[in-house]
Amino acid sequence: MPEITCREALNQAIREEMERDPAVFILGEDVGLYEGSFKVTRGLLAKFGDKRVVDTPIAEAGIVGLACGAAMAGLRPIAELMTVNFAIVAMDQIMNSAAVARYMFGGQCSVPLVIRAPGGAGHQLGAQHSHTLDALFMHCPGLRVVIPSIPADAKGLLKSAIRSDDPVMFLEHEGLYATKGEVPDGEYTIPLGVADVKRQGKDVTLLAVSRMVYVCLEAAELLARDGIEAEVVDLRALNPIDMPTVLASVRKTHRAVTVEESWLTGGWGGELVARIVAAAFDDLDAPVLRVGGADVPMPYNKALEKAAIPDVAQVVARVREIL
Amino acid sequence: MKGKKERTLLEPRELLAMYRDMVRIREFEEACPKLYSQGKMGGFLHLYSGQEAVGVGVAHAMHQEDYMIAAYREHGLILAKGTPPDVVMAELFGKATGVSKGKGGSMHMFDAERRFMGGYGIVGGHLPLAVGIGFAILYRESDEVVVCLFGDGATNQGVFHEAMNMAALYQVPVVFVCENNGYGIGTSVARASAVEQLYKKSCAYETPGVKVDGMDVLAVYETVRQAVQRAREGGGPTYVEAITYRFRGHSISDPGTYRSEQEKKIWQERDPIPNFAERLIAEGRASREQLDQIDAEEKQRIEAAIRFAEESPEPAAEELWTDVYAKF
Repeated sequence: MPEITCREALNQAIREEMERDPAVFILGEDVGLYEGSFKVTRGLLAKFGDKRVVDTPIAEAGIVGLACGAAMAGLRPIAELMTVNFAIVAMDQIMNSAAVARYMFGGQCSVPLVIRAPGGAGHQLGAQHSHTLDALFMHCPGLRVVIPSIPADAKGLLKSAIRSDDPVMFLEHEGLYATKGEVPDGEYTIPLGVADVKRQGKDVTLLAVSRMVYVCLEAAELLARDGIEAEVVDLRALNPIDMPTVLASVRKTHRAVTVEESWLTGGWGGELVARIVAAAFDDLDAPVLRVGGADVPMPYNKALEKAAIPDVAQVVARVREIL
Repeated sequence: MKGKKERTLLEPRELLAMYRDMVRIREFEEACPKLYSQGKMGGFLHLYSGQEAVGVGVAHAMHQEDYMIAAYREHGLILAKGTPPDVVMAELFGKATGVSKGKGGSMHMFDAERRFMGGYGIVGGHLPLAVGIGFAILYRESDEVVVCLFGDGATNQGVFHEAMNMAALYQVPVVFVCENNGYGIGTSVARASAVEQLYKKSCAYETPGVKVDGMDVLAVYETVRQAVQRAREGGGPTYVEAITYRFRGHSISDPGTYRSEQEKKIWQERDPIPNFAERLIAEGRASREQLDQIDAEEKQRIEAAIRFAEESPEPAAEELWTDVYAKF
């Protein structure tokens, strides 16, 4: 299998879906001529033209609203937002229009819309360009929330998201665009809402998405030196959450730690703890603990920023607390 | 549709249909407060009485295949688009037979078959959706048009400007119709908008802005007809400001005390329905008897709609969980 970056995997997914279905188009700030702020849309304008690769003004509510209206009228838009923080500017369109339209109108319309948004900290971009807002979108019924970690997942999940008849928040991590991995040749999709066990283990379950999957895998390697085998479950989606896979893992290891990059308070880790405790209390040998980002606006200073994001040491420390 | 002849002169049959539509809306809306006070409806109830000439003039200027999208004062608009009053009333009753299956209510009516693309409760929030529907029309290279109705308050929202800019930038076939009834809830336009002549706001986007008497159904019809034709022929968006008045408060809970009796009286005298009736009679287009008969028929039609709504079933309990997501 060829090794490619997440960036290239996403590009392939968009390219293949646009070839397959003429209703698919992409719009956003600088997606065309500039080929995307993170170069995910490289080459698309040249191949598909400006009817299907649409540069927009800097107007996030307008972008998402236009895409939502186009989706309600039968197209399959992919709206790229430059940074997930800018999604907040478009939050009215995301939550009050896209997410609720099907239900509010008695099932008479679909919103087959994908909103791609890069996020995540690590580049000293400060409090308005660094956040991970997964939990915010997960809170809203009607929205699918899909978050890839490795290139193969990025491609297969994005293709499924584009084919989904639900609005999907497809959250990418800026720190992973250049990450390489093997991607299968040829056509494949990955169903939304199916987790993937990225590492088998028997002593503790680590639950994560996106860049934190890599942190968990590193933590697992460290723990393995002491004979502790951690299982790493990549949720890959927060709506729906693949509870059967989560619970199967917890029932095997009897211990779990959630690891999320975003703010711990009101984060998705708390939701998972609640669900695990409700469904598998008797299988647990220890409380389910959480690792999360510091509850602060992201600082600019390099050392402070590093301290605000969960790291391998924190994950290892939490695991040791419950072993 | 391509090749379909654009209408310019109205036949008496069409004039009577306009009259009938306005009467239907008035009868519908004026039946609602009583039903509301009887507890048959919940939520807000934003009535359209007084603004009928706008909705009906707009609807008659469109083809059946054209899209309409509106804000929350939309009962009159969905009726004008041709949706039967039975399912509109049933929606207000929250019944399973309602046009949005009882899940939308007064502010969120939708009729996919008649291309009424929804009523929306966030002021200005549906304007970008209208641009997106227009974008889809362009994308498919078909020749439908979108008419997007909103109130004066929406023109002070940020998305108004985003939508106007993108509509003009991409030359989408959208006709923006601002129903300026003078008030955003209880705040007059003069106290909310730095520019009181709202049609002038389109000049920032090199989009034609036209003001029309929103109490005159034929004036609205003709203005919007031209705008629709322009959009259909690839001429891009037009912004129409219809000057109108709501006879009732903002919603059922608003007695409208911020408006003087004198002001209300002046506008009542401009009531679009009796004035249009008098004009039809004076011009020999209709007889008083014909119009009286229409009045009586529409009264009965609304009574039947109320019966339909009353006799319709409540949504089944499991409907709570349907249509949140597509099946996959």
